[in-house]
Amino acid sequence: MRRLTRDRLTAILMLLPSLVVLGIFVYGFIGQTAYVSLTNWGRDPAQALALRPELAFVGFENYTRLFSGFLETRFRQDLINLFFFTVFFLVGTLGLGLLLAILLDQNVTGEGFFRTIFLFPFALSFIVTGTVWRWMLQPRGGVNLLPTYVGLPAGEFEWLTTRQQVWRFDWSQIPAMTSLLVAAVLLLLAWRAWRGGRHLRAAVMGGLAALLAAWSFTLGQSVALLPFPETRGFNLALIGIILAAVWQMSGYTMALYLASLRGIPEELREAARVDGAGEYQIYRFVVFPLLGPITLSAMIILGHISLKIFDLIFAMTGPDLATTSVPAVLMYLRAFRGNQFADGAAIAMVLLVLVATIIIPYLWISLRGEVRR
Amino acid sequence: MTRQIPWTRRALTYTLLLLATMFFLGPVYLVVVTALKDPATIRLATAWQLPETWHWQSFAIAWEAFAPKLRNSMVLAVTATTISALLGSMNGYILSKWRFRGANVVFPLMLFGMFIPYQSILIPLFIFLRDIGLYGGLGGLILTHVVYGLPITTLIFRNFYAEIPDEMLEAGKIDGAGFFGLYTRIVFPLSISGFVVVIIWQFTQIWNEFLFAVTLTRRATEPITVALAQLAGGEAVRWNLPMAGAILAALPTLIIYIILGRYFIKGLLAGSVKG
Repeated sequence: MRRLTRDRLTAILMLLPSLVVLGIFVYGFIGQTAYVSLTNWGRDPAQALALRPELAFVGFENYTRLFSGFLETRFRQDLINLFFFTVFFLVGTLGLGLLLAILLDQNVTGEGFFRTIFLFPFALSFIVTGTVWRWMLQPRGGVNLLPTYVGLPAGEFEWLTTRQQVWRFDWSQIPAMTSLLVAAVLLLLAWRAWRGGRHLRAAVMGGLAALLAAWSFTLGQSVALLPFPETRGFNLALIGIILAAVWQMSGYTMALYLASLRGIPEELREAARVDGAGEYQIYRFVVFPLLGPITLSAMIILGHISLKIFDLIFAMTGPDLATTSVPAVLMYLRAFRGNQFADGAAIAMVLLVLVATIIIPYLWISLRGEVRR
Repeated sequence: MTRQIPWTRRALTYTLLLLATMFFLGPVYLVVVTALKDPATIRLATAWQLPETWHWQSFAIAWEAFAPKLRNSMVLAVTATTISALLGSMNGYILSKWRFRGANVVFPLMLFGMFIPYQSILIPLFIFLRDIGLYGGLGGLILTHVVYGLPITTLIFRNFYAEIPDEMLEAGKIDGAGFFGLYTRIVFPLSISGFVVVIIWQFTQIWNEFLFAVTLTRRATEPITVALAQLAGGEAVRWNLPMAGAILAALPTLIIYIILGRYFIKGLLAGSVKG
């Protein structure tokens, strides 16, 4: 049929502009950023803002400097900050979101009212949230005053300005610690496999875990990522930012969990009840296992938001405070305040790789399942 | 429900809900109270107390300072939302009803664009806008939001149109409707709630956005988020103004959320790829 083919052609032609534009604005621009990150753009102030700057190719020099430069220490602390921020942000939003969803799942009166209140911060800008929480976290006001209303002494914690750092470690220990972490995960998987009766798999995983652990305590100790010792740790000033971020985003996880909980057929719970399960056991053995997929989706969505976090920190502590900085903030500072475009591009590429490692598998799995259906 | 729930558990549930409500509304209370205080009476130690006299002038001052920025935000959000919603609707129609070979490759490649950290395209984007003369103006920012809004609007519409039975389109084809006829006569009229979801979502995202706004605009064209960040970021600032400003900046999206919350949640759930 000629008519049908012409319509098909129209369809493709109508889609083409969007595809071309996105191709350029996403992939073309990423390519350009990758190229810029391999040049010296910005090193020479005269060239920095030139319309047609003369750029020299410097290979991976910018990356080497970010990860091991003696003067360039901020980027490494930013990465550590990002790690701790992400971990606590995920734990906080998932935990609080799940708790709120379970509470609302108890046939409470005024459910709609509570739901509206728990989710409203999600409609706000991170800039608004940041401005508000900056005022909440003033050391001699806001949150620190709350204990006085129940007869306790006022809080003393200097939320956003403290320079305290805990869990300090040498940057060079990161490989050893990472392998120890992987070993722990493997051990957990081995234990589950053992319980599931797959003894061979359990033995292999256990063996690998032991090997990794052994490595991290022996050879792993002598890995030197830097020619000098460098202590890094968890900056306590981040707690305030995590608190504000959890306030803003836990309603989102609540909405996701609530939608999932409502999707669980009541017969399933009823059946468990008939079998004599208590409320706690119903959640433990019936409900929670069914929440696995949505938890994974939520972790990925929140995780990538967390890796990109920028506005909130900008509004709460400004871009210049190093204790609460993350790579996204440093990129802005370098490229758009300091005209160090090559540095900015290199930081942006690191950020992109971090996000891509969680998003690409996610897209792959979600869409592959869809095609099969 | 006839099931008996022990009163202890009910009490615990409501206590926790009450605590959570205080956690979520505490900041709102503090903001409103601070915005309504006479700046001279704002003290850290009395932050939680009600104002002695209700002082509404802060809103007038904040309004005067922020009105042009609010207008920028409004122009930006309305224009970019409209264009990206229309384009997304067309793309979604094509991707769900005119499946072509390669669509399974093209679609994920499009979607990836909504997850990338925008820092990774910001430098070339800045240069591109400067080269075509759009840097610093609202036009450049609108273009940016339209382009990077395409993946999410396309995704939501694609999932939305997947619900329209193919038979309806087949019937339309038999009646002699072509590509555009099917869209204008069958698909578009069924899209109202899809448009509501997409428009609410995009409007909220664009209104609240900060990274593009702070890097791609100049003083005169900056949206409200940039103005608020600058006002609040200054040292020795009087807190009544940032608080009044924060309320002004939050109101449009809050009103939408409160009135159209149902659609807002739909958009939020659609944001995770499977829909």
